[in-house]
Amino acid sequence: MTTTKPTLLLVGYGMVGHRFLEALADTGAAERYRVVVLAEEPRPAYDRVGLTSYFSGRSADDLLLAEEGFTDRHGFEVHLSSPAVSLDPAARTVTTAAGHTLSYDTLVLATGSYPFVPPVDGRDAEGCFVYRTIEDLQAIESYAAGARVGAVVGGGLLGLEAAGALKGLGLETHVVEFAPRLMPVQVDDAGGAALRRTIESMGVVVHTGIGTKAITVAEGRAVGMSFTDDSELATDLVVFSAGVRPRDQLAREAGLTVGERGGIAIDEHCRTSDPHVFAIGECALAVDGRVYGLVAPGYEMAVSVAQQLAEQAAQPFTGADLSTKLKLLGVDVASFGDAFGSTPGSLDVVYSDSRSGVYKKLVVTGEGALLGGILVGDASAYATLRPLAGSGRPLPVPAESLVLPAGADTAVSLGSSALPDEAVVCSCNNVTKGTIRAAVTDHQCTTVPEVKKCTRAGTNCGSCVKLLGTIVADELEAGGVEVDRGLCPCFAHTRAELYEIVLVKRIPTHRQLLAEHGRAPEGSEGCEVCKPTVASIIASLAPELEASGHILDGEQSALQDTNDHFLANLQKNGSYSVVPRIPGGEITPDKLIVIGEVAKEFGLYTKITGGQRIDLFGASVDQLPMIWSRLVAAGFESGHAYGKSLRTVKSCVGSTWCRYGVQDSVAMAIQLELRYRGLRSPHKLKSAVSGCARECAEARGKDFGVIATTNGWNLYVGGNGGATPRHADLLAQDLDDEQLVRLIDRFLMFYIRTADRLERTSTWLERIEGGLDHVREVVVEDSLGIADELETLMARHIGDYQDEWAATLADPDRMRRFVSFVNAPGVPDPSIRFVPERDQVKPDLVLLATEEQLLAALDPDNAPFPAARILEEAR
Amino acid sequence: MTITASATRVELLSPAGWSPVCDWDLLVPGRGVAVLLPDGRQAAVFRDGNDRLYAVDNRDPFTGAYVLSRGLIGSTPDGRVYVASPLLKQRFDLLTGECLDDEDVRIAVHTARAA
Repeated sequence: MTTTKPTLLLVGYGMVGHRFLEALADTGAAERYRVVVLAEEPRPAYDRVGLTSYFSGRSADDLLLAEEGFTDRHGFEVHLSSPAVSLDPAARTVTTAAGHTLSYDTLVLATGSYPFVPPVDGRDAEGCFVYRTIEDLQAIESYAAGARVGAVVGGGLLGLEAAGALKGLGLETHVVEFAPRLMPVQVDDAGGAALRRTIESMGVVVHTGIGTKAITVAEGRAVGMSFTDDSELATDLVVFSAGVRPRDQLAREAGLTVGERGGIAIDEHCRTSDPHVFAIGECALAVDGRVYGLVAPGYEMAVSVAQQLAEQAAQPFTGADLSTKLKLLGVDVASFGDAFGSTPGSLDVVYSDSRSGVYKKLVVTGEGALLGGILVGDASAYATLRPLAGSGRPLPVPAESLVLPAGADTAVSLGSSALPDEAVVCSCNNVTKGTIRAAVTDHQCTTVPEVKKCTRAGTNCGSCVKLLGTIVADELEAGGVEVDRGLCPCFAHTRAELYEIVLVKRIPTHRQLLAEHGRAPEGSEGCEVCKPTVASIIASLAPELEASGHILDGEQSALQDTNDHFLANLQKNGSYSVVPRIPGGEITPDKLIVIGEVAKEFGLYTKITGGQRIDLFGASVDQLPMIWSRLVAAGFESGHAYGKSLRTVKSCVGSTWCRYGVQDSVAMAIQLELRYRGLRSPHKLKSAVSGCARECAEARGKDFGVIATTNGWNLYVGGNGGATPRHADLLAQDLDDEQLVRLIDRFLMFYIRTADRLERTSTWLERIEGGLDHVREVVVEDSLGIADELETLMARHIGDYQDEWAATLADPDRMRRFVSFVNAPGVPDPSIRFVPERDQVKPDLVLLATEEQLLAALDPDNAPFPAARILEEAR
Repeated sequence: MTITASATRVELLSPAGWSPVCDWDLLVPGRGVAVLLPDGRQAAVFRDGNDRLYAVDNRDPFTGAYVLSRGLIGSTPDGRVYVASPLLKQRFDLLTGECLDDEDVRIAVHTARAA
């Protein structure tokens, strides 16, 4: 078949190229063209801005930008590992390195940039690297394994990223910057000094004001560097990160106009000197004479071109804001607007505290309007201040109050109301406050995730998400939308608030909590929502409250959902399933045989679960104690499959057997499963331990996942499978056993304390203010000073643990509930019957279709249990 | 219907007359028990937090399973006491049998007493 659509050829599939493809799809331009993409790298576009996170556990796949099937769905023809080597604008063709020639009607160049390597001797020696692609990182990673010292040439944004990576790889790390300070483009001398102090306190050695003269080479390998001040440094590895240059070679050789210092010249519609060719992103020289090395302006150009191709009104690109906020080596750095005070008559307002490494400078006009600023060490005010810079309006509060640290008498942080509608809140995707407000008022979005989806705001670097939340909340409130945060009709409090009330006031019963803190009328029963929730809180805090540690004792018994009430999982025909604990998935043949025997004797359907355990289905309530007597006698204990509690800690076989394993993942999984068994939480908790980076236990799909490294363990949190899969985020790395357990103790207790009802760790992490960073501050850095308390609570839970099933079998009171009929103990429930399937049983659902079906089955002719006679005998 | 009493035996009325259920003290406030009726039908008997007694069909009409006795009791802000099915959580008024989540559905109500 031949296509009649014109061909749109995209050369370059990096971040900007991908944004362009997305915009083609969004604007409908994708329908008008046959779209062909030439990519130099062996993989589709990935998050180059987040490249360094490759070293903290994100795999190459995690970094990919497109969701699965993106290019296929829109019919984009993508050729990977196919760099373009020549362009013939007259013939309108592009030729690839493999010699294929492609014709185009419209060409878009998004070839990006290349790392600038200063022309010093020895720069090509083994051990010299650049920092640009995943392949670069993989090469650095493998070379670093045999190295002790690493040096980075360049103390700018990318250089410090690279330094963080080398440090993370365990190297003694040096940074060499030609300018007199770090990050010379973004911060001033005082800001650079604050940054330097903090970075040096982490053990990175900073050399400023010197240039690299040569790389010392021995036997083809880099062994050192010499500098312009004649000093020398012995190093095993050198990373050049001294800026980037636009990749304009294709256009230059084809005779298109390029800038004196590089960059493909474009007009305000991103068109090059050839009307059939556009250029976008870092390869383009904009009309203001600048080449933009940031992703946000590249995105603007991409969208602008897509809009033109869709014949929509397109936003011309005349220049962009160079504001940046980033976290380098854990230090917040932000620079925005006229950061250096180059506007005539501008004035500075400065706060500096060398002790804490905080430096803040605001540049204002004589009338008090904000022009720009620099924030080092604490950039929390960036999101609100940046949109105000250059707006021309005087600040609503004195500038000095905005730079003082929180807690100082006159410190102020601006609310979202200080921003005008045209203020750009998300600079990555150019979303204004007005657009965000409209998402709430016109598009009925009521949550931050909905607004993110609707507007794209906050979907890239995420630095504006907190501000986004404030704007959404303010807008909902202004619209009179009353958001009832109460747990249920009985309580106006959230689960987290109830937890605090129970803990602080030591309230041991639902009834007391409802009477003293409920909003229901006197004499209320509570409801099916608050009863199990409060029961879970009481169970988590039982030792603190001096309540029974057994969930079937006293009032707790009346609060449990049926699963907890019978310590088994209710199935659709009224029967239950049983899951004994098999810690870490490790089980002896003898125990396997017992499970088989029990299943056979009670006619149970057996299935292996996803969590490396065995589920036995089809038990009636009166069979449960008999089944469990056998299991407990064989050394099994409750697996808590019925509870909102720790389920399983899955593991791979680990270093004991596996030739790739670097730690004993099975032993660690068993240790963790036994430590946290029986812990009641807002929702179920799953975990896994992998013995090496191959991650066979799928730990990053778990609430807390542990992955072995050669130095210990990496801890990931907030993962989930299910309907909304989420990869867990790295919380801390290279932990020893003791550190690992301590952090998990704190993490779990912090989650239990602050999560909503039925909120998994993945949604909790997305919801809570400050997200992962906040959780890390609380759990790892103890910013709230509650770590000791969290650890104590966990220690008391562990000390109080007992096997619920063994304790139930030992107590006649707890055992009384395990009858099908209170007036006929010992009589099985006639509605629970089975039919055969694949050599096992399944529920007989026909029997349940109508009451008459059941009664017919009870007829003496075809039923084993004539009810009346049984009742007679029971008396 | 409900009867509040401090007597010890709980009984349920069926076409065959009053039949014994269990001792009053065996009922946990806020929970239910299942009762096998002489004709093979099943009832669910509940004692609420204020010591009132209720009896309804044990069959959950949404799933056909005989499980309502294992549901949790609750009350609405206007004071209607209900049981929530343990399977799919539909709520049934314990006095009238009406489903609070689907007005077309109603379960049978039985008469119980503590005598």
